[in-house]
Amino acid sequence: MTNEIILAGFGGQGILFAGKALAYGGLIAEKEVSWLPSYGPEMRGGTCNCSVCVSDEPIGSPLVNDPDLLIVMNTPSFEKFIGTARKGAKVFVDSTMVDVKSDRKDVECFYLPATQLATDNGLNGMANIILLGKLIKETGILDLETVEKAMAKCIPPKKANLLEANMKAIKIGMNYKD
Amino acid sequence: MAVVFERPKSLVDVSTHYCPGCTHGIIHRILCEVIDEMGIEGDTIGVCPVGCSVMAYDYFGCDMIEAPHGRAPAVATGVKRANPDKFVFTYQGDGDLAAIGTAETVHSATRGENIVIIFVNNGTYGMTGGQMAPTTLPGQVTQTTPYGRDPKIQGYPVRVCEMLSTLDGTALAQRVSVDSVPHIREAKKAIRKAFENQKEKKGFSIVEVLSTCPTNWGLSPTEAIERLRNEVMPYYPLGVYKDKEGENND
Amino acid sequence: MERKLMKGNEALAEAAIRAGCKCFFGYPITPQTEISAYLAKNFAKAGGLFLQAESEIAAINMVLGAASTGVRVMTSSSSPGISLKSEGISYIAGSDLPAVIINVQRGGPGLGGIQPSQADYWQATKALGHGDFQLLVYAPASVQEMVDMVVTAFDKADQYRMPAMILADGFLGQMMEPIAFPEIKSETVEKPWATTGHGNKRAHNIVNSLYLKPEQLEKNVFERYERYEKIKETETDAEMYLTDDAEITLVAYGATARVVKSAVNMAREQGIKAGLVRPKTLWPFPVKQIKEAAKSAEKFLVVEMSMGQMIDDVKLALNCSKPVEFMGRTGGMIMKPAEVLEEIKKIGGKK
Repeated sequence: MTNEIILAGFGGQGILFAGKALAYGGLIAEKEVSWLPSYGPEMRGGTCNCSVCVSDEPIGSPLVNDPDLLIVMNTPSFEKFIGTARKGAKVFVDSTMVDVKSDRKDVECFYLPATQLATDNGLNGMANIILLGKLIKETGILDLETVEKAMAKCIPPKKANLLEANMKAIKIGMNYKD
Repeated sequence: MAVVFERPKSLVDVSTHYCPGCTHGIIHRILCEVIDEMGIEGDTIGVCPVGCSVMAYDYFGCDMIEAPHGRAPAVATGVKRANPDKFVFTYQGDGDLAAIGTAETVHSATRGENIVIIFVNNGTYGMTGGQMAPTTLPGQVTQTTPYGRDPKIQGYPVRVCEMLSTLDGTALAQRVSVDSVPHIREAKKAIRKAFENQKEKKGFSIVEVLSTCPTNWGLSPTEAIERLRNEVMPYYPLGVYKDKEGENND
Repeated sequence: MERKLMKGNEALAEAAIRAGCKCFFGYPITPQTEISAYLAKNFAKAGGLFLQAESEIAAINMVLGAASTGVRVMTSSSSPGISLKSEGISYIAGSDLPAVIINVQRGGPGLGGIQPSQADYWQATKALGHGDFQLLVYAPASVQEMVDMVVTAFDKADQYRMPAMILADGFLGQMMEPIAFPEIKSETVEKPWATTGHGNKRAHNIVNSLYLKPEQLEKNVFERYERYEKIKETETDAEMYLTDDAEITLVAYGATARVVKSAVNMAREQGIKAGLVRPKTLWPFPVKQIKEAAKSAEKFLVVEMSMGQMIDDVKLALNCSKPVEFMGRTGGMIMKPAEVLEEIKKIGGKK
């Protein structure tokens, strides 16, 4: 089993962090993982994305071209990546930020107003984690305990107090129903 | 019989390749006298340039490294940073230090790199046969300025001590000459001071020694000394341009 | 051993600390700057020295200075910066000094781009500066290999008194993978040649690359090339993946080899007998391994993120005994496994 995931949005939306949390989760679950960011000027305020692979086997190319899981957090990323998702892929869209919907019938899209949900719950800046929660719920790629361990690894020691808020965001995403 | 004059111990007893009348010999000697007097030969590492003194590693008795052209201050930085308790000096000419190696010179100075630079300024590229150097005087004829250096075409000479004296990391910037016995004594005192600075971790010390090149100047050794005194020294005034007395970098 | 996620560049830096590196001199350039940033933060705590130089040229000469005194020293850069370092690398090789140089390659020529590339193969293996000399060149294909090869590079550089390079690329530098730091047993090599001050106990040491007498310079170069011959015999390394029965054998290194391995697996699933030779040392080049693969392979396909540089060495190794095809992307583009598979099918069909 291999999951090839792309997370994409604006710089500052926590794309790389969410990807790293996912990769760490895979590592804790004793799978093979890789995380590859877009880098360079793109990082500074423009669009930003990362490729994450979680697999039972050694990972070949760390660059994901046709994801089976896709998180998109802005319209440019939606337009760039929706066509690359492979048949049967699950796509998680922050519908607060993306006002269009896909007409693809061969992929399963989940539209969550993640940014709005974050604001409503006092979790500004954690829309990424809410989407991650939904992805975990819909795929079963990681269990909740593993997610918590992974979050603890990814949150810098100085911000350890944010673990609770992040887990709250995960649960909001997991429990969200259209 | 009492010995009143002998070769400094740290100056290796070999014939040098320098031309007759060249003042490198004097500068080598006073540098080695300072090393002997301070008793630091065993704790000193020298860095040679590319230029006439490229083979000075055979003449200085301490451990020696031969650097790429202009890079001696960077090499010395590497040596000193890895061995902060050792004495490190470079011995460089004007082309090496003030043309191709300008960046290395300026940045080792501004970092306050705790090293000594002996800068031999004779206003020409001696090793390659007398081309224009960054310190060649206006009007001076060289192989590459056959009609004399024209500042409108080749620009102006660099005054290194003046330039480096503006940098906070420079502990000592002093220009000396070897045209007379009193000046040679003064030069030796300056070199001693530079090494004492290093001992006291004061930072970057440069001693610019105005020097002759009889061969490429096309003059006899005596005439070369005359030219040094009458033409070069007025353009490059001797003196202390920076002296960070009493400060300590620790 | 606990595995942790680490970026390739940071893993290189941490591995250097653990390998006993004492000094690092660098200059910022994408995509390798995390090496400097990591060392700036962590090196002093481990007793090391990090210094940001005023240029790549200064950095490599600081390496020359520190290496002359016998300490383990490293610098890193990316393609344009390596070109600037080439002068110093030639001097380091000519002075028989050990040092480790990292090249996290990006697209070229000129300022090029900042995305991954393998277009510095010729530079690393044939001509990193003027004169007759070689560097040991290691080509990691994973973050774990970045770690392992840095340690090997330090050891071998010391053992053979020569510069060693890690030839990585932007992918490997930027990606995170699980790694473990092995117990590092670096051997301390005596360095009686080092210029650390003779303490009035021995004759003065001279670190030098100048030999004005042709007889002497030739003798000096001959001695170095004898060492190189020994290195070719003992240090060559390559991964042989499904080559025993392969009819078409691919040759790729670094990040490209990962893509190619995926393509080889896909080909095997479709019943095509494909294999992969992945050079882990680019100099010395795994000539024997290529020849070994040629016992079963009818055809070779070299895949690189360049216009075709390593292909020369594959052809030389085969001495024109088998056809060698090429597939490459450049400028920061990377081929997809499916594209490589198509090429395998296309070439596999050619008689």
